Amino acid sequence: MIWNEHIECMDREQLRQIQSDNLIDMVSRVYHNVPFYRKKMQELGLEPGDIKSVDDLYKLPFTTKQDLRDNYPYGMFAVPMSEIVRIHASSGTTGSPTVVGYTRKDLAIWQEVMARTLTSAGVKRNDFIQVAYGYGLFTGGLGVHYGSETVGATVIPISGGNTKKQIKLLQDFGSTVIACTPSYALYLAEAIEESGIKKEDLKLRTGIFGAEQWTPNMRKEIESKLGIKAYDIFGLSEIIGPGVSYECAEQNGLHINEDHFIPEILDTNTLKPLPNGSMGELAFTTVTKQGLPIIRYRTRDLTRLNDEKCECGRTLVRMEKCMGRSDDMLIIRGVNVFPTQIESVLLEMNETKPHYLLIVDRLNNLDTLEVWVEVDQNLFSDEVKKLEDLSAKIKFNLKSALGISVKVKLVEPKTIERSEGKAKRVIDKRNRR
Amino acid sequence: MIIKQLSIFIENETGRLAMVTQLLASNNINISALSVADTKEFGILRLIVSDPDKAVEMLRKEGVSVSLTNVMCLSVAHCPGTLAKALKVLSECRISVEYMYAFAVGEKASTIFKVNDIEKAIQCLEKSNLEVLKAEEVYKFNK
Repeated sequence: MIWNEHIECMDREQLRQIQSDNLIDMVSRVYHNVPFYRKKMQELGLEPGDIKSVDDLYKLPFTTKQDLRDNYPYGMFAVPMSEIVRIHASSGTTGSPTVVGYTRKDLAIWQEVMARTLTSAGVKRNDFIQVAYGYGLFTGGLGVHYGSETVGATVIPISGGNTKKQIKLLQDFGSTVIACTPSYALYLAEAIEESGIKKEDLKLRTGIFGAEQWTPNMRKEIESKLGIKAYDIFGLSEIIGPGVSYECAEQNGLHINEDHFIPEILDTNTLKPLPNGSMGELAFTTVTKQGLPIIRYRTRDLTRLNDEKCECGRTLVRMEKCMGRSDDMLIIRGVNVFPTQIESVLLEMNETKPHYLLIVDRLNNLDTLEVWVEVDQNLFSDEVKKLEDLSAKIKFNLKSALGISVKVKLVEPKTIERSEGKAKRVIDKRNRR
Repeated sequence: MIIKQLSIFIENETGRLAMVTQLLASNNINISALSVADTKEFGILRLIVSDPDKAVEMLRKEGVSVSLTNVMCLSVAHCPGTLAKALKVLSECRISVEYMYAFAVGEKASTIFKVNDIEKAIQCLEKSNLEVLKAEEVYKFNK
């Protein structure tokens, strides 16, 4: 099923023309309204008039997460705050979160791309969709919520967690669709199994899963345990939230809503754009957004693009499921975690930087993060209670900084393997299944 | 009177004690007292050895987290009531014991104390005619 056949199946030349028109308009808007971009363009000797079509996209400057942080909170908005009707913020927490703002028109774009996303997964007006993504500053909950209302489905806005209640509503309200993180879907599936409820007794038939990386094996497991078809969705708050790209029934890549978000694949070394089919870093330019238009945002996700027409009829370019990153960011229970955040917490507690190791795993289908900290001369105390306090303090400080609970293990010096003098910082066991 | 005790951080895992004691043995360092405080994940190994300064230097070189802690060693007759008497003295002097370990065999019983105020503790014990061993007596071993 297709929500907007006119766009989703449009001739690619015609689509390119729309992209070019919108790009020209957007570049002019940011040049005149966002000092950050004006300065960057002036440094490159660029004027809005130099951008005549999508072919000129490569001339424009990049945007990184750091740029958004440096301009915290509203420095990159392109409209007066009176035009902004909604704020969201990313979970990333090194210093300041990244703040995004939406005008009324931006919210309409968001609803449109989410309506395409949900329709593509077969969600219709007679569906009951249980939105178990978190509601709040995180874009997941409200993004899916308004998209579902646009489609006309009945929304059950239960938000994340509270597994018992999730199961009760699945039964009592007859939910046909569930939207949550894939790891939570697996957790929920097992909780349903344990409570003795048969999947046949539930009306659930579709799952909309995103906000974290998941493997093909996880998909199979979710599908068989819940008796549903699982769809992958992709998004990031800097671009709009969920709704950047989505799977169709073919499940052979995720269609990008490229009339709004123009994708590029960049060479990870030179940052030059690569031809379709090459693997590289994914970047997006938002050409229609008003509140926070973003030029060439480096997602750090590694993938490739395929612009062949899909069996489903859509012509929108497809991206492969992202399976790696060009930086060392980890996504744990949907939260972005950088090893450097952990490093700075440890540094604050100690004069010298202790050696540490992050062990990421998936236990009972929930991501776990264990931090090993070497007890060096500075951290060591002769008293057990002081060491236990130290462990508890590290745990508390990490929770405040990252927003997720971690397990802390104190280990002997030199326990953590060093190669060429540099310690390995992360062991991610999740993708080994 | 003040004895330098070695405190060593070890993970609660098989082989860790053996590793540390072997290091001491190969450096001809004797152990005269030992205690382990343990939690689920780690332990603190406390040792009285013949040459604490040398032991610390050697262990640090091996990358072991080790520190020196001042403790004292009480020596009492190996019979009922002697430890109780010493503890009563300490409590009357408002000395709090952070940890202790003891062993008795033959005529004498020895107790290692870590207290909050070691100078005062030694004074109080000696004033009450209790015997606090000299450091050299504790470090000494049979060659």
